[in-house]
Amino acid sequence: MTALSQPFFQHALLAGTLVAAACGMVGYFLVLRAQVFTADALSHVAFTGAMAALAFGCDLRLGLFVATIAVALLFGVLGRRARPDDVVIGSVFSWVLGLGAFFVTLYTTSRSTADGPAGVSVLFGSIFGMSAAHATTAALLAAGVCLVVLMAARPLLFATVDEAVAAARGVPVRLLGYGFLAVAGASAAEATQAVGSLLLLGLLAAPAGAAIRLTDRPYRALALSVGLAVTEMWAGLFASYAVPRMPPSFAIMATATAVYAATFLIRRPAPRTG
Amino acid sequence: MIEAMEPPAGAAGARIPGPRQAAEPVLELRDTAVRVGGRTLWSGVNLTVGTGEFIAVLGPNGVGKSSLVRAVLGAMPVAAGEVRVLGARPGRTGDRIGYLPQRRSFDASMRIRGIDVVRLGLDGDRWGVPLPLPGPHRRAARERVAQVIELVGATAYAHRAVGECSGGEQQRLLIAQALVRRPRLLLLDEPLDSLDLSHQGGVAALIGRICHQEGVAVVMVAHDVNPILHHLDRVVYLAEGGSATGTPQDVINSETLTGLYDTPVEVLRASDGRLVVVGRPDSSVGGHDAG
Repeated sequence: MTALSQPFFQHALLAGTLVAAACGMVGYFLVLRAQVFTADALSHVAFTGAMAALAFGCDLRLGLFVATIAVALLFGVLGRRARPDDVVIGSVFSWVLGLGAFFVTLYTTSRSTADGPAGVSVLFGSIFGMSAAHATTAALLAAGVCLVVLMAARPLLFATVDEAVAAARGVPVRLLGYGFLAVAGASAAEATQAVGSLLLLGLLAAPAGAAIRLTDRPYRALALSVGLAVTEMWAGLFASYAVPRMPPSFAIMATATAVYAATFLIRRPAPRTG
Repeated sequence: MIEAMEPPAGAAGARIPGPRQAAEPVLELRDTAVRVGGRTLWSGVNLTVGTGEFIAVLGPNGVGKSSLVRAVLGAMPVAAGEVRVLGARPGRTGDRIGYLPQRRSFDASMRIRGIDVVRLGLDGDRWGVPLPLPGPHRRAARERVAQVIELVGATAYAHRAVGECSGGEQQRLLIAQALVRRPRLLLLDEPLDSLDLSHQGGVAALIGRICHQEGVAVVMVAHDVNPILHHLDRVVYLAEGGSATGTPQDVINSETLTGLYDTPVEVLRASDGRLVVVGRPDSSVGGHDAG
């Protein structure tokens, strides 16, 4: 296939595959822990972090990771038992987004050579614009996220389903809570590079939501969530290559949303029994 | 779902052959007291629980019934006296204790099968993910989970999402989760509270059966003593500052409770054998009162 011979497409495929896998894995626990709103907030934080990095003239990715991981941990500290509550998230993230607006102004007014599309690429991603080095770094970080989640999957599931019993059994519930928030922050920063901060929630929530609708078995759902995220990423990348007017972020999100919507046709949740 | 229906008692293979060390008590509290923020919640609790004994912890709301469970788990320090669990300090024997915390039910959106919830009780504290490799270890784990689900009579719905199960079904699955590692002591914090009356009787009978037939010592915090009254060996009645321990007849009577609360309390026995406590509106005996 001609797409696979193009370096820019190879880079996108490498980074996209691992970023999608990480998002599918983290997303499953986000949905199960009812922390999707946390991920939503982190996507806004990602924008602010990137803008701050640009305004201060450092690597955009540094800003992304520092901001998302720091704010994710802050949510944990402000919430109860490393589980952020919605009011805390809502207050912090609107403030952070305001900060983002401030950095945009700072960036565009202070640097005459400012590259205007940078802000747009943070918002909507630029996966076809990744250099080989960028793609490799993103892929390695995403692989690290996957590895950490896999290592912690079983106790994290225990702590998610049954926090008090898990704690009594010696599961480090608080440590897992903070660790998971940090990993979710890292995933948000990764996904921003692929699909942009405005759209990353779709990559975190849609495959996991679909997987949970399709199976009640936790490890199967985790694997399915990863499989769906990666497949949707591939489908989006190839579709966008075939139809150049279609930006990859749009194609990926459209596929993810279509798959999630399709699960409603496949299976309805069984009626609740008294 | 007919919740009150008893699963066949003593179904083949459903016995837990727990090691019986009759010499050593499962749980021992010696002159124990718990203090929170300088206030003594309760004190003077002397209790020795042997294998297969059923103990209820009673008392008005806010008296610190759950704190007794937390002290036994090692999650809360005691202000005075000593707690020994299986001959060791609390917190050292976590894998020999089954624990059912006070809770609301699982959210309907919790799309995890009941059998997975039980399985987490077996190996949920191990790192990594269970690999789908066949082997004796995996078979043994599966058999154990199926066995304990059979024991609590949850086989019919263990493969449904736990969020879709009724409160009574969830409670049975959680009891299975607490039992799956063959504990010698079961700590239950108001397991009947979220259930309606017909399910209360079924779950109470199940706990009594686990206790007396399987030889698991049970310490159960209860809001209403009546559903478990005829299964009980002894009760611990906690009161502001003090406590009383003994058989239900010795403790839940007008004289003892009047002495304990320093205010006139009357215990009446209804024609159906239920106990009703008059004089303390927030008392735990007498059931569905305003307390």
